Amino acid sequence: MTAPQPHVRGARVEVVGLSAAYGRTQVLDSVRFTVEPGGWLAVIGPNGSGKSTLLRSVLGLQRSEGQVRIDGVPTTGMPRRDRARLLAYAPQLPVLPEGISTREYVTLGRTPHRPLLAAPRRHDREVVADVLRRLDLEPLADRLVVTLSGGEQQRAVLARALAQRPRVLFLDEPTAALDLGHAQQVLDLLDRLRRQDGLTVVSTLHDLTLAGQYADRLTLLAAGRVAAEGTPAEVLTPASLAEHYGARAQVVTGPDGLAVLPVRSGGAKTDRVTRA
Amino acid sequence: MSTATQRTRPGRTTAEPGAVRPRRSTLVVTTAAGLALVVAVLAGIWVGAVPLAPGRVVLTLADRALGPFGVDVPGRLEGTQAAVLLQLRLPRVVLAVLVGAALAVSGAAYQGVFRNPLADPYLLGAAAGAGLGATLTIAHSPVQTLGPVGIVPLAAFAGALFGVFCALALGSVAGGAHSPTLLLAGIAVAAFLAAAQNLVQQQNTDDLRQIYGWMIGQLGSSQWSDVVLVLPYLGVACAVLLCCGRALDVLAVGDDEAGSLGVHPGRLRLLVILAASLATASAVAVSGLIGFVGLVVPHIVRRLAGGSYTRVLPLSLLVGGAFLVLADLIARVILAPAELPIGVVTAFVGAPFFALLIWAGARRR
Repeated sequence: MTAPQPHVRGARVEVVGLSAAYGRTQVLDSVRFTVEPGGWLAVIGPNGSGKSTLLRSVLGLQRSEGQVRIDGVPTTGMPRRDRARLLAYAPQLPVLPEGISTREYVTLGRTPHRPLLAAPRRHDREVVADVLRRLDLEPLADRLVVTLSGGEQQRAVLARALAQRPRVLFLDEPTAALDLGHAQQVLDLLDRLRRQDGLTVVSTLHDLTLAGQYADRLTLLAAGRVAAEGTPAEVLTPASLAEHYGARAQVVTGPDGLAVLPVRSGGAKTDRVTRA
Repeated sequence: MSTATQRTRPGRTTAEPGAVRPRRSTLVVTTAAGLALVVAVLAGIWVGAVPLAPGRVVLTLADRALGPFGVDVPGRLEGTQAAVLLQLRLPRVVLAVLVGAALAVSGAAYQGVFRNPLADPYLLGAAAGAGLGATLTIAHSPVQTLGPVGIVPLAAFAGALFGVFCALALGSVAGGAHSPTLLLAGIAVAAFLAAAQNLVQQQNTDDLRQIYGWMIGQLGSSQWSDVVLVLPYLGVACAVLLCCGRALDVLAVGDDEAGSLGVHPGRLRLLVILAASLATASAVAVSGLIGFVGLVVPHIVRRLAGGSYTRVLPLSLLVGGAFLVLADLIARVILAPAELPIGVVTAFVGAPFFALLIWAGARRR
């Protein structure tokens, strides 16, 4: 590793009493959670439970009430640039600009570290080169970023976020557009990066099995409130899945942690099979 | 952007999607654009109804440039020819460069802030406002000049800024600097002001010809006073826009992501819109509504040099200037001694050229 910067340490994230509303619709209601430095928290919950809004609120991209503290320092009143040096964000549907190479796209991650008018300095280029190398994006560096495949684009977005040299990485559904193999690749990569850098990761994940396998803590949001939180085994129970997702599922323990298995309704089919 | 992006690749574009895009060196493209501008300017000075010997034109310009230092260059143009050069052709070419550059760079900036390839400098009501201002003064103003300055350019300038301010005000009432809202506000304001302009125009059919002539755009009556009038505004506006290249690149990833990168998208958008509108208003004031330059030139530039606004903005400035000088040249020459309105030429030349670019781009994919 020839990382040009000293080891980046993840920060502790504390969120207390976070509420947000779209017009009169309350989307988040007094949400609280804590992530230890270097931890990985996955925010799970059914569609519309406020997962994306939670991430955007914590990042200050969304009007909200409550307090967010990074290593004990409240982010309210913190200049945007300072916040951007601590927290990086990869949205669920990243906008990839036309006519921009992957390297230029990743270089955008250096924005909070230099004056907006200034050209990237040598140090910025070194950071970008390092990130490109670590994410195996070097062969794609001069390709237009819009021409990359889905998995490659997700890596490019991750690279841009990492080029920010943040202390906490916020990822909104990093695997949403990916098939299982590519989803696992991205999550493995993320896990490796966060262990190497000691990064704190907060992600939303709709795939409960993947959430249970990769994150060390889960927060289950339901209708804008924290319905459950704890280790995957504590949160992912058939009872809570039935209650909050309206899902029928079994939770089985495999060698790599939990797996959530959907169960088909009525038992009619099983009956017929057993009878035959 | 950096040396990292300045890599040249030999050969033509490969056909398969997602293939490595050959990026011409920024330096090469910029030099070519600069040369094109110089050639266009020289052609614009030499060619015309009164033939001027190229060599003597250069000598006359040298004489003018060195005159203050007491140097007397022999062999310069005299009498009518000198007057044609210095009082007719030169101010016209210079104004064409300024107007073309301003419209093109504003168009690129508008396309950037709205993340919309169809945006042009007239999007937020600048054209409709200027049109209303010019029409009102042509039809109703008792005086034609205010001091040394024509009343129509002043009214057009004020009208253009008024249109943009209305759009910004409506947009901010309706939902902040969120770009789709602002876009719709601009369309509403433009439609309203254009309707008002039509109304005034219909009530003053005697002035129809003059109004129509203004609306379609012209550079025929260019004078040095026009250049002096708009140069300060254009200078400031273009300087601000050229500084915003990196910021527009950040804005291209969307408001949320730009925000997470430490940028204030709303403030940035406002700054760029104000600067681009100032440039547009200045251009419109002296040349009327010349269409197509602001829409097409940034796209031409993107095809040549990629999508980063650090390249698109300065290159639009150069290419826009060259484009309008050439369009004006064609307008003067093609039906000589009569002149075509330049707005007709920009669309007449620009549209097929643009179609060709789109076709070439589609084939490439």
